[in-house]
Amino acid sequence: MVANPLTKNIDMSRPPLDIAAYEANDGYQSVHAIAKGLSPEDVLELVKGSGLKGRGGAGFPTGLKWSFVPRGDNSPKQKYLVVNADEMEPGTFKDRLLMEGDPHLMLEGMIIAAYTIQASKAYIFLRGEYTVSDQALRKAIKEAYEKGYIGKNILGTGFDLDIIMHTSAGRYICGEETALLNALEGKRANPRAKPPFPQVSGLWGKPTIVNNVETICNLPGILTYGNDWYHGLTKGNDHGTKLFGVSGKVKTPGCWELPLGLPIRELLEGYAGGMQDGLELKGFLPGGGSTDFMLPEHLDITLDYDEIAKVGSRLATGTMIVLDDKTCPVGMVGNLMKFFAHESCGFCTPCRDGLPWVDQIFRDFENGEGSEKDLQILHDHVTYLGPGRTFCALAPGATAPLGSGLKYFKEDFEKHITQKRCSYKH
Amino acid sequence: MSQQVIASTANKARKLSVQEIAEIEHEMTLYPDKRAVGLEALKIVQKHQGWVSDESLLGIAKYLDIPAADLEGVATFFNLVYRQKVGKNVILFCDSVSCWIMGCESIKGHIKEQLAIDYGETTQDGDFTLIPVPCLGDCDRAPVMMVGPDLHRNLTPEKIDSIIADYKNK
Repeated sequence: MVANPLTKNIDMSRPPLDIAAYEANDGYQSVHAIAKGLSPEDVLELVKGSGLKGRGGAGFPTGLKWSFVPRGDNSPKQKYLVVNADEMEPGTFKDRLLMEGDPHLMLEGMIIAAYTIQASKAYIFLRGEYTVSDQALRKAIKEAYEKGYIGKNILGTGFDLDIIMHTSAGRYICGEETALLNALEGKRANPRAKPPFPQVSGLWGKPTIVNNVETICNLPGILTYGNDWYHGLTKGNDHGTKLFGVSGKVKTPGCWELPLGLPIRELLEGYAGGMQDGLELKGFLPGGGSTDFMLPEHLDITLDYDEIAKVGSRLATGTMIVLDDKTCPVGMVGNLMKFFAHESCGFCTPCRDGLPWVDQIFRDFENGEGSEKDLQILHDHVTYLGPGRTFCALAPGATAPLGSGLKYFKEDFEKHITQKRCSYKH
Repeated sequence: MSQQVIASTANKARKLSVQEIAEIEHEMTLYPDKRAVGLEALKIVQKHQGWVSDESLLGIAKYLDIPAADLEGVATFFNLVYRQKVGKNVILFCDSVSCWIMGCESIKGHIKEQLAIDYGETTQDGDFTLIPVPCLGDCDRAPVMMVGPDLHRNLTPEKIDSIIADYKNK
């Protein structure tokens, strides 16, 4: 049986499979299954039963999210599916691989998701810098229209679907789903108040599901090979496979599709080859820039959503950023704070004013001008920018590496104050 | 603002080219209202003109019949919409966390030296503009940067020299 459903067609040394080659490897079987009589309710139950959780970062159960979309004759006729392909989380490079490597897989997943919620229009919200993904997806969309997998009355089901490419023009905040919807509507990408949730009132006020690229790419396998197969993939508590990446000073950085539930050690020391010669592992962010640091003592924890949550961090995007013992932790957190300060949309005060303040303090530390009082201000921001204090999750995300960095690398912060310089610089 | 001032602002609008209008019209078939096409229209104009001047922005607002202030709000929000003239090649330099760990600061230093420009500046010959960009999502091959639509990976000072030479000759 297939063990790597997300990447089975991917070989970056050649162009992605065209539609004929994709079909020959079980591609678009799920659409044929739908045409043979799977109802939207059937698909919803299958996806709920799969246990698939969103791969964009939050890890929310996909089937449950879909079930919030109003159904029946009294529901709004127009519904939308939006694929969040605005990959911009620092240190995250997984959706690029899926879109450049196997664009038809994402389209097939989109057809499944759109059919389930009965959305006749689906937008791909792609970050503008992903020019290769843009070309690959446009080519695949054209092929899928020609074969009748998208368009009017798909395979005689009576279901219509148009897939539309929207390339964006930057800004990390567009990854926040309500900000993304505002951007698609041609507005400034400030997040919206929730409720109402997009599932009920999203794009142009219509019921809308926003799913991450990797989440969508899980769907064809679930429909084609079934839930028993899907449940057999994992080595842990959460179901399916996931793309895991490692960047930083390891021997062989990269991105691999692996079962959930493997020990982190296997990823970092096995697949990524361990640290470069002469370097020691000091810590790592397990799932992108807005997750809490973890330490070498956590290496035997498994790559599961709940297991990583137990030590106060998040699996999130599953792309790890490795900190070595010759790189300054204060500098690394400072780099992230500069990023978050720059990418704040400016709508709410704690984020707009708080993050640049934090950023400035890190610049002061870098220049040997940090003080004990500054350290206290940083701690205060971990509280005041935390969950529930801001309009969206951007600033709380920034407090993850900030708070955990202050906790785990306290000595390094103290050293910057007492030595009035960064001791990592020679 | 008096009616007179509004009228004089509208008069500064550049008439969009036939090609620009054709592409904007195509986008309008994909969205239920005109406002949603604003960003696409800005990008289309930028593709043809290199950047979005005041006159272009007013031209788009007039063509789509949306408030110029709203469109300006969108244009200034997105970092890939250039409201100032840029060079022939825009360098989008990634200085996010993985690239930082892999030494992008020294690469940036080398670019600064070679081209004599810092972030937000354009070379005197108009060949290059240097702009920072959030994580480019290619972190296993850091440090990375884009020049125009092309991604360049595993950057070293030597690689920077040859990339610069390549684009200069284009």
